[in-house]
Amino acid sequence: MKIKLRERLIEIFFLLNGLVVIFVLFGVFFILLSNSIPAFREIGMAEFFTSRRWDPTSFTQIEYGIQSKIVSTLMVTFGAMLFSVPLGIATAAYLAEVASPGVQQILKPVIEILAGIPSVVIGFIGLVLLNPLIARTFNLANGLNAFNGSILLGIMALPTIISIAEDAISAVPQDYRKASLGLGASRWQTLTRVTLPSSLSGIIAAVMLGMGRAIGETMAVLMATGNAPRMPQSFFSSIQTMTATIAIELGEVPHQTTHYYSLFVIGLVLFIMTFAVNLVADLILHKYQEVE
Amino acid sequence: MKNRRIEWLGFLLLRLASAIVLGILLIIIYDIISKGLGVINWEFLSTAPRQGMTAGGIFPAIMGTFLVTLITALVAVPLGILSAIYLNEYARKGWLTRLIRMAIRNLAGVPSIVFGLFGVGIFVVLLGFGASILSAGLTLGLMTLPVTITASEEALKTVPNSYRQGALALGASRWQMIRTNVLPVALPGMLTGSILGLARAAGETAPILFTGAAFFLPYLPNSIFSQFMALPYHLYILSTQHHNISAVRPLAYGTALVLLVLVLLVNLAAIILRNVLRKKYQR
Repeated sequence: MKIKLRERLIEIFFLLNGLVVIFVLFGVFFILLSNSIPAFREIGMAEFFTSRRWDPTSFTQIEYGIQSKIVSTLMVTFGAMLFSVPLGIATAAYLAEVASPGVQQILKPVIEILAGIPSVVIGFIGLVLLNPLIARTFNLANGLNAFNGSILLGIMALPTIISIAEDAISAVPQDYRKASLGLGASRWQTLTRVTLPSSLSGIIAAVMLGMGRAIGETMAVLMATGNAPRMPQSFFSSIQTMTATIAIELGEVPHQTTHYYSLFVIGLVLFIMTFAVNLVADLILHKYQEVE
Repeated sequence: MKNRRIEWLGFLLLRLASAIVLGILLIIIYDIISKGLGVINWEFLSTAPRQGMTAGGIFPAIMGTFLVTLITALVAVPLGILSAIYLNEYARKGWLTRLIRMAIRNLAGVPSIVFGLFGVGIFVVLLGFGASILSAGLTLGLMTLPVTITASEEALKTVPNSYRQGALALGASRWQMIRTNVLPVALPGMLTGSILGLARAAGETAPILFTGAAFFLPYLPNSIFSQFMALPYHLYILSTQHHNISAVRPLAYGTALVLLVLVLLVNLAAIILRNVLRKKYQR
C-alpha cells in the first residue's frame, strides 16, 4: 500500500510539471491583458484602431493609433513570404524527393544552422550588407526600409518552412509515387501532380508557421527597416513594425504610465495575431494525428 | 522528349533553390568571419570595453551571456525533462494531454518581444526582481521550455519499449522502471536537445532588452539581482545605438563573430552528438 501511495504522489508531481506550460501560456496572456486594461480605460479601445497617428509624446495632441504598425508588420511579412515560400517549398521538395543521401546530409545541417543564427546577427547583416546594396541598386539615400526587412524575415522564415514542408512531403505514402510512376508519369509529373498536392495541408501549415515567425520577429526589423512611425507608402518606405515599436519605446517610458501600458496593448494584439496563425497551422498539422 | 526537358528544367530549379539557401548561409558566415576575424585577439576576449566602448573588449558581455544562460538552463532543463516524463510515461490520451501539447506548440510561437513584455510585467514589476540577471534568466527559461520539453520527449521515445516491459515484468513499479531503465538511456539525448534550445536562448536579444541587459557595465554582475551585459545586446548597441557607429563597426563585427561562433559551435556539437545517439539506438 505504501508503494502505491508513493507511486501516486510521484505521478501527481510529474502531472504538475506537465501543467506548467499551460500556466505559462495563460500567464503571458494574463500579464498582457492586465497591463493593457489601464490603457483601454484611459484612452479607450477604439482609439488604438481608429486613430491614424501614433504619437504618445506629442506636446499638442497625444495619439495612440496602431494602424500604421499593423500595416507595416503585415507588409514586411507579406514581402518575406513572397520569396521564402517558393524558395522554401522548392528546397523542401528537393530535399525530400531529389537529393541523394549525401546531399541531404550536408543540406539538413545547413538549414539547422541557418535556424540557429541569432536574430540580432541577421539584423546586423541587414544593416551592414543589404543596406548599402539596396541603396546603391535602387538609388536611394539609404537601404533601411520594408524591402530590406522583408528579405531578412524571409531568410529567418526559411528554416521553419523548409523543415516542416519537407516532413509533410516525406510523409506522403510511397504507394502514391509508385502508382503514378507505374502509370508512366515522369518523376517531375509525379512530384507536381501527386506528391505535392497530397502534402498540401502540411505545406500550408509550414507556410503559416513561417509567417508566425515573421510577424513576431523583432531584432531584424528593428535594425534594418529605419523605424519611421508612419503609414508606409511602398516597399521602399522606412517603416516601424509592432515589435520594433515595443523594443524602442519600452526602454524609454517610465513604468506604469499610459504610454507604458499602451505598449502592452501592442503586445496583446501581436500575441493574438501570432496565436491565431499558429493555432490554425497546428489544427491543420495535427488534425489527422489526433483521430488515430 | 518534351517531358524529359521539362523534368530536367524542373529539377534544375529545385537544385537552384537549394543552392540559394546554401548561398545565403555562406554569405552571412563569410561576411562576418572575414570582417570580424581581424578584431579577435586575447585582449578583445578578456577585457572590458574602454573609452566609451570604442576600444577594449567584450569580456563582461561574454560572462553576462554565460551567467544568464545558466539561469535559463536551471529553469528550462529540469522543468522540460519532468514535463516530458509526464507526457511520455504517465499521460493518458484525453483532453488534458491534448491541451498540454497544444500549449507547448503555441508557446513556441509566442514572439520573443512578447516574452520580453511578459518578463517586465511579471518578474521586473510584479515580483519586484527589477531589471536583473534573474528576471532575464527566468524570462528566457520560460521561453525555452517548449524546446526542452519537445527535445526531452523525443529522447524518451527512442527508448525501446522492451526496456520498460522488462522492468515491469520483474515487478518494478512505474517510477522504479522510469528511474532505472528509461532515464539513464534517455538522459544524454534529453541534454543534447536541451543544449540546442539553450544556444538559441543565449542568442536572443528581444526578451532581455528590458528585463536586465545593460548598455555598459564596467564590472561583472555580483549577484542575481544585478544587471548584466550580454553579447547579442552588445552587438545591437554597437551597431545601432552607439554615438559613433562607424568607429565601432569593427568591434561590432568582432562581437558578431564571437556570438556566431559560440552559438554555432554549441549547435554543431549538439547536432553531431544527436546523430551519434540516434544511430546508437536505431533498431
